[in-house]
Amino acid sequence: MLNRTADNVARATPEPLAKKIRGISDKGLAWLFISPTILLLLAINIFPLFWAIYLSFTNYRANRPNEVVKNLGLSNYQRILGDQDIWIAMQTTAHFVFWTILLQTVIGFTLAWLIDRKFRGHAFWTTIILVPMMLSPAVVGNFWRFLYEPQIGLFSYVVSFVTGIPPTNVQMLSNVELAPWAIIIVDTWMWTPYVMLICLAGLRSIPEYIYEAAEVDRASNWRQFWSITLPMALPFIMLAVLFRGIENFKMFDMVNLLTGGGPGSTTEVASITLKRQAFESWRTGYSSAFAIILFVAVFGLANIYVKALNKVKQR
Amino acid sequence: MKSTLKLALGLASAIFASTAVSNVAHAEDLTLCWAAWDPANALVELSKDFTKETGIGMKFEFVPWTNYADRFLNELNSHGKLCDLIIGDSQWIGGAAENGHYVKLNDFFDKEKISMDDFVPATVVGYSEWPKNTPNYWALPAMGDVVGWTYRKDWFSKPELQKEFKEKYGWDLAPPTTFDQLKQIAEFFQKRQIDGKTVYGASIYTERGSEGITMGAMDVLYSYGFQYENPKKPYEMEGFVNSEKSVKGLEFYKALYDCCTPPGASNSYMGEGVDAFKSGQVAMHMNFAFTWPGLQKDENVGGDKIGYFVNPKGPDGDQFAQLGGQGISVVSYSAKQESALKYIKWFANKDVQAKWWSLGGYSCLNSVVKDPKFPSSQPYAQAFLDSMAIVKDFWAEPSYAPLLQASQKRFHDYVVAGQGSPKDALDGLVKDWTQVFQDDGKM
Repeated sequence: MLNRTADNVARATPEPLAKKIRGISDKGLAWLFISPTILLLLAINIFPLFWAIYLSFTNYRANRPNEVVKNLGLSNYQRILGDQDIWIAMQTTAHFVFWTILLQTVIGFTLAWLIDRKFRGHAFWTTIILVPMMLSPAVVGNFWRFLYEPQIGLFSYVVSFVTGIPPTNVQMLSNVELAPWAIIIVDTWMWTPYVMLICLAGLRSIPEYIYEAAEVDRASNWRQFWSITLPMALPFIMLAVLFRGIENFKMFDMVNLLTGGGPGSTTEVASITLKRQAFESWRTGYSSAFAIILFVAVFGLANIYVKALNKVKQR
Repeated sequence: MKSTLKLALGLASAIFASTAVSNVAHAEDLTLCWAAWDPANALVELSKDFTKETGIGMKFEFVPWTNYADRFLNELNSHGKLCDLIIGDSQWIGGAAENGHYVKLNDFFDKEKISMDDFVPATVVGYSEWPKNTPNYWALPAMGDVVGWTYRKDWFSKPELQKEFKEKYGWDLAPPTTFDQLKQIAEFFQKRQIDGKTVYGASIYTERGSEGITMGAMDVLYSYGFQYENPKKPYEMEGFVNSEKSVKGLEFYKALYDCCTPPGASNSYMGEGVDAFKSGQVAMHMNFAFTWPGLQKDENVGGDKIGYFVNPKGPDGDQFAQLGGQGISVVSYSAKQESALKYIKWFANKDVQAKWWSLGGYSCLNSVVKDPKFPSSQPYAQAFLDSMAIVKDFWAEPSYAPLLQASQKRFHDYVVAGQGSPKDALDGLVKDWTQVFQDDGKM
């Protein structure tokens, strides 16, 4: 009945229109649908990337549009790789990435393991733990700045209460030794729930029968953890490390809000240096070269890491 | 039916006409771009007279200081049409002139008989001229400003404190005339209990992100003998920027930061300084003069409780102060340049400038500031006048931004983070600045 109706409609369709409709193949239709997305990607991702690569070989400055643009060859790259300040910024970034990932992974996995025990009220506590992750980094940065305030901040008073040090001496954001840790604490507080969530997914994916078999073999809890839980959750943990690693390598908002890279340059991570070069000093060519170096570094490290992740998954 | 139709047509025509009229009016509106601060509010008030006189409406785009340079330099660099008039920072003048962002005003000044001789000379050089000390004008001096100091007059006049201070330092507790005296006073007040509260010596500029620590450190360095370059050989900085006197000056600034600022004041600029003074935390407060009218009116620390003093002298008796303030320019990408020039002409008027001062703006017109009644017109007027007579300014080169970034980094690394020595910081600064000028082909 339905086929007959369709046939009737097809026959009733005027020939020119029918030709037009028949003219678009399935493949053509697919291209038609995805082409806006591809054009958008080309415009906002691919073109700027190639443009930045081009600019990285020039002395172009965005604040001097009338100036002649000179080709400098590899000079910008050589200057960056020989710049002491850039290497200090890279070390600061590495320090920040290492400690945030370590703390977030350890605490995140521990929390996931505890939540996975399914104790009474675990759903409520899961929601509470997830709250920091749902806040805007701008909000988090601003309220932690107040918490760290040595004269009125709650953090200083808590530390003072525990250690007996006067609160005005707990200068988390002004002290050269403490400032990097102040940022690490905030980032860990905010993003540990994210790692916990991924680890929890990993733990929940381990089939129950494996533990039952281990129980039959009278394996201890410790043995079960080392031989079942950890290896089976490892791909998930590694995935969380990958996500957080990439995010923290380009960390900008929290550092900018909390310390602005200070005191001095003690918390000046690579992205802050890049922003200063690009939008404060207006060295567009130089900063494009720096951005390309950062991109290659993150892309290369991420690729190596993904290969390692695949190997772990195949085991 | 006919009358209803006529009524409807009439109503529609009236609505159309009124929309068209309002569109015409909007088309004539000028947009003035500036920083979001107290003087901007005064300018809004003042500009109502311009609208009344000319029928040209005024719109304002005010951006907080922390984003002011980023926002408006981006606007100018992208040849944006948002601003018809802009009150740009003094250091922008070189870049704005050379990159064609501002309209050159010489012909207009000649035509309208606006003479730069009628303005305070330091403001003409600082806000209008590029190249410096040449009669090429890109702005009309609009808002005079300079770094000076406020102090707690009520604390300074407490008999018990005066007695204790005299015993300790051998001179009367009074506004300092030298930087050594300033440090002694700051040390005296640091962590002292006054009216049941712990107070601190001084609030100084330490901000890293924009220009704060450079403005503060330079304010001290000038009086210690710092020079940007060899006066006889432009761009030769070795031995001038990092001279022994400059090293001593930077050392002093760090000592002042270490001994006498409130806890956590490692990123403090204009807003933070005002907060520290208003909340009764500090005995002295370094800040631009634009903050003074607001502080004078403050219920807790203003009135009889506040006093003002000029930047003190250095060890050799030299006395300078960091110039702030801005000139008003016509943006060359504006489609309403004629109306914008009308505004400049109106703003240069003597009566308008007098009203500008009375509303809280700092006029740069000689007839206003040299009026015999001027020093007594406000409690801070004399300190402002004296400060404006000793100003020096940062580089106003087209490359001022990388020059500023270099000094921000070098000063903050040494003063706040305590890395290296003052000599290292200034040697590093010479190296950075040399690189910038070499990139510009000036060395």
